[in-house]
Amino acid sequence: MRTTNRAVRTGGFSIRLDVRAVTVVLLLLVAALVASVVLIGTGDFPIPAADVLRTLAGEGNPGQEFIVNELRLPRVLVGLLVGASLGLGGALFQAISRNPLGSPDVLGLGQGATAGALAVIVLTSGSANQVAAGALVGGLVTGLAIYVLAWKRGVHGYRLVLVGIGVSAIVTAVNGFLLTKSDIVDAARAVVWMTGSLDGRDWAQVWPLLALTAVLVPLVLANARGLRMMEMGDDVSYALGVRVERVRLLLMVAAVLLTASATAAAGPVSFVALTAPQLARRLTRSPGPNLLASLCMGAALLVVADWVSQRAFGAEQLPVGVVTGVLGGVYLLWLLVSERRAGRI
Amino acid sequence: MLVESPPEPSAETAPAPPSRRAVRAFGLLLSVAVLVLVALASIAIGAKELTFGQVWHGLFEDSGTYGDVVVAERVSRTLLGLLAGAALGLAGAVLQALTRNPLADPGLLGINAGASAAVVTAITYFGVTSLSGYVWFAFFGAAAVGALVWFLGGSRGATPVRLALAGTAISAALYGYLQAVMIMDEAALGKMRFWTVGSLSSATNSTITQVLPFLLAGTLLALALARPLNAMAMGDDTAKALGADLNRTRALSMLAATVLCGAATAACGPIVFVGLMVPHVVRSFTGPDLRWILPYAAILSPVLLLGADVLGRIVARPSELQVGIVTAILGGPVFIFLVRRRRTAQL
Repeated sequence: MRTTNRAVRTGGFSIRLDVRAVTVVLLLLVAALVASVVLIGTGDFPIPAADVLRTLAGEGNPGQEFIVNELRLPRVLVGLLVGASLGLGGALFQAISRNPLGSPDVLGLGQGATAGALAVIVLTSGSANQVAAGALVGGLVTGLAIYVLAWKRGVHGYRLVLVGIGVSAIVTAVNGFLLTKSDIVDAARAVVWMTGSLDGRDWAQVWPLLALTAVLVPLVLANARGLRMMEMGDDVSYALGVRVERVRLLLMVAAVLLTASATAAAGPVSFVALTAPQLARRLTRSPGPNLLASLCMGAALLVVADWVSQRAFGAEQLPVGVVTGVLGGVYLLWLLVSERRAGRI
Repeated sequence: MLVESPPEPSAETAPAPPSRRAVRAFGLLLSVAVLVLVALASIAIGAKELTFGQVWHGLFEDSGTYGDVVVAERVSRTLLGLLAGAALGLAGAVLQALTRNPLADPGLLGINAGASAAVVTAITYFGVTSLSGYVWFAFFGAAAVGALVWFLGGSRGATPVRLALAGTAISAALYGYLQAVMIMDEAALGKMRFWTVGSLSSATNSTITQVLPFLLAGTLLALALARPLNAMAMGDDTAKALGADLNRTRALSMLAATVLCGAATAACGPIVFVGLMVPHVVRSFTGPDLRWILPYAAILSPVLLLGADVLGRIVARPSELQVGIVTAILGGPVFIFLVRRRRTAQL
């Protein structure tokens, strides 16, 4: 394969630039933004893309301004932020567990957040904000439990995945129990929440997500170097000067926070965290966790899936989680067939 | 992974301690005794407390009293627990040997998802409402997904990773469908939320007769596969050198596992963890020989399933906790303990 690395040197400072990876990140970013504009223009009251852009710049007519700024923009922003958080969280978890299946949905974080949300829905019939708070608490507690249970003189990747699967099964049973104990109205609400939906999200969800990602994303990216070293194994990276356990704990906390807050805002949207890092890696063709590319991929994926969920089923609008679930399954199948043709598995 | 046991001391060289074979055979008898006790407990314990005399009367001198009716119902339930438990345990052991993956269980190969998707289809699009009506749909769904996973996994060239990946992928797509249907059809949700947790409480004699032939055939097939699967545990090349027919063994194992899980899931809904956990526990004292693992799993899995069922009836009196919930809540911690105890290299 042709190398795409370029060295950039200015004075005494030099960095290696992976041109392909940077191009992919930029293209994904453009794709996510274009999809967002299209999504804002989509709905019972269609708005042409040019008008959407004009309105976003503050020069639209009052009717369009209300629809764009109050109804559709927050939903799209939540979609972008949730997708970005899930993509980044997934990439972190897959790198930490050194397993392409080590995504938060497999490790039980999604189920943990669901348990928190279900408890609020079923036991108290609480408001949307209380449900989100419950989900956040559930996700954080589950993340902590997995880390503590997998701890044994350090957290080994494989043990993390296995303990996660165990925790996930227990929490799934609790969720099933809560569902059977609820009345049918609460159960219907719970199932929509469990599928993951962006319906009716407004500015109140945007701000906390934005604040959290604004803090966590730079923090994560600053530690990306250590994570990249850790893919060579704990001993090697320790010898190279990475404080393995500290970096791992820090990144895991960040990943849990990202995933839990995203889940609190939109429900456990399946498969974005699993597939975004894999797709990003295939596009950049570069080793390492591909954090930034995964983040952009997650955002683009979720917004596109939301557009599909609004358009593909006629008048009946399905939650975005249905689309990501089906797309994720199809993607995995495609992966299976293509890898097999290439003789890799 | 499976590790070869140290060579067995033959009877001639080590006469003093009882041979390993005798110990294992005795253990098997002991397990049967435990199973009988648990089965009796499952008949005696429940919302309506029965004395031993009443149980005896119901079992052998049935004259239609209230106690006798309760006993008859609990006997069906216990029978289903015995059959389904044995099926899940055997299927789990076969799948773990087939995929050489200690985490393989019916969920991994998409069998639960197939059965669930078929049941929700039956409820929503075919108007099936009775539990005995679900059975055929669930079984068909499980079998169809089993076959699909087999072909997508590469049929004649199937490897453990491919099978697992195919199973995960198909499950994902089917669960998306399942959720979509449940969101659009509230009546289906109302039924599915009870079906998906897995329960023995719906057992009737007609359900049992529906699935019995499949369970028996699957059990016999699974037990017959012990030898070739033993050979496969040593790796494909060694197995080939030992004369095992890899493709045939894989196809038959897949068939046995699908029939067993499909029938068990059809009768009681998806029950997780029994098939995953019991073979692990069994392996820890029998070693890697499937000729012992399979019979032990077939006897100890119903012990777990019935025990969990009885526990579910005790803790939530006068109502009850579904057995699928109890097995996961009991099994989860045991599973985590096993994961923590082992050196990770072994997994």
